[in-house]
Amino acid sequence: MGIAEGAVMCGPGRLVTTGLGSCVGVVIYDAEGHVAGLAHVMLPESPSPDTKAPHKYADTAIDWLIREIVRAGGSPLRLRAKYAGGAQMFQGVKMETLRIGERNAEAVQKQLADRGIPVAGRDVGGHQGRTLWFEMPSCILTVRTARGDIRVL
Amino acid sequence: MNPYNLSAADLDALREFGNIGAGHAATAFSTLLGGVVRMSVTDARLCRFAEVVDVVGGSDTLVVAVYIRIEGEIAGNMFVVLSTDSAERLVDELIPGREHGDPYGEMEYSALGEIGNILSGAYVAAISDLCGFRMAQSIPAVAIDMASALLDIGLMYGSGEDNQVLLISTRLTHGGREIQAYFFLLPDFQSASKLFDTLRGKMPSG
Repeated sequence: MGIAEGAVMCGPGRLVTTGLGSCVGVVIYDAEGHVAGLAHVMLPESPSPDTKAPHKYADTAIDWLIREIVRAGGSPLRLRAKYAGGAQMFQGVKMETLRIGERNAEAVQKQLADRGIPVAGRDVGGHQGRTLWFEMPSCILTVRTARGDIRVL
Repeated sequence: MNPYNLSAADLDALREFGNIGAGHAATAFSTLLGGVVRMSVTDARLCRFAEVVDVVGGSDTLVVAVYIRIEGEIAGNMFVVLSTDSAERLVDELIPGREHGDPYGEMEYSALGEIGNILSGAYVAAISDLCGFRMAQSIPAVAIDMASALLDIGLMYGSGEDNQVLLISTRLTHGGREIQAYFFLLPDFQSASKLFDTLRGKMPSG
């Protein structure tokens, strides 16, 4: 899955997104219903609610995930979330844009809280890019950095 | 219709623009490295931002990227991307006494920032020469990581879904060593048509 894309899966399998920098990879899942979705969020807020690219923004991406998961048979009451990303890749330069990672991670946290979705794991911030994959039925989110460090959420 | 569909003549002209920038850069690199530096443009075109990551080797390929912000009559994000091998050859040449394979410290990062600065400065000068736009460059920021993780910041300003990127690939030869460097300019949404239309209009054969 590439930048600003999203996908939903039913049953056993794996959702993968590579090379997250300031972007945040958000997984929402229903472990019992075996439905999970992943969105590669690029920006904190959508310019309008009916954007053509809902996966791109934290607010619309989370609504999109919930809607698609429920449509695929997931229960809105059993939803949990895991997310990772939101790094600041370039250091030493004081530019507001370069802090977008932090703002993305904050926006994801807020949007999930507003919709009452408990967060089961997260790995955000820092200065390294991340590749991540989510597996079903284990519901494990694995995060790997360019230096080969692996974190399991 | 995509307004930036370029004719063969436009592409030749874009390459010519690349050559002007490479000429500026070769002069600056000759001073920095000593001796003769040859630069040739291996590719010059407009592409979608998504393609950029493939050009440099794929989304999780480890690369060195220098990020520079430009402001002024044209605003946008610029990246100079080097393979880790090319970057290693460059820092070996620039830092006397450095052992090949040593981990990068402040000196190496600073040297890479300067390389990015020279290359992007050369293309900014080429744009100024051709179009008469005035622009200022930020100081360079350097990072080494997965390609798409480094480049995603480039999309933050330009919110268009199908952002056009000016891509110039160059090969630099110095003392028998070859270095491949990629230069990308992603103009902000408001600046994109201004820049690309003017460039096309100014192109000698376009």
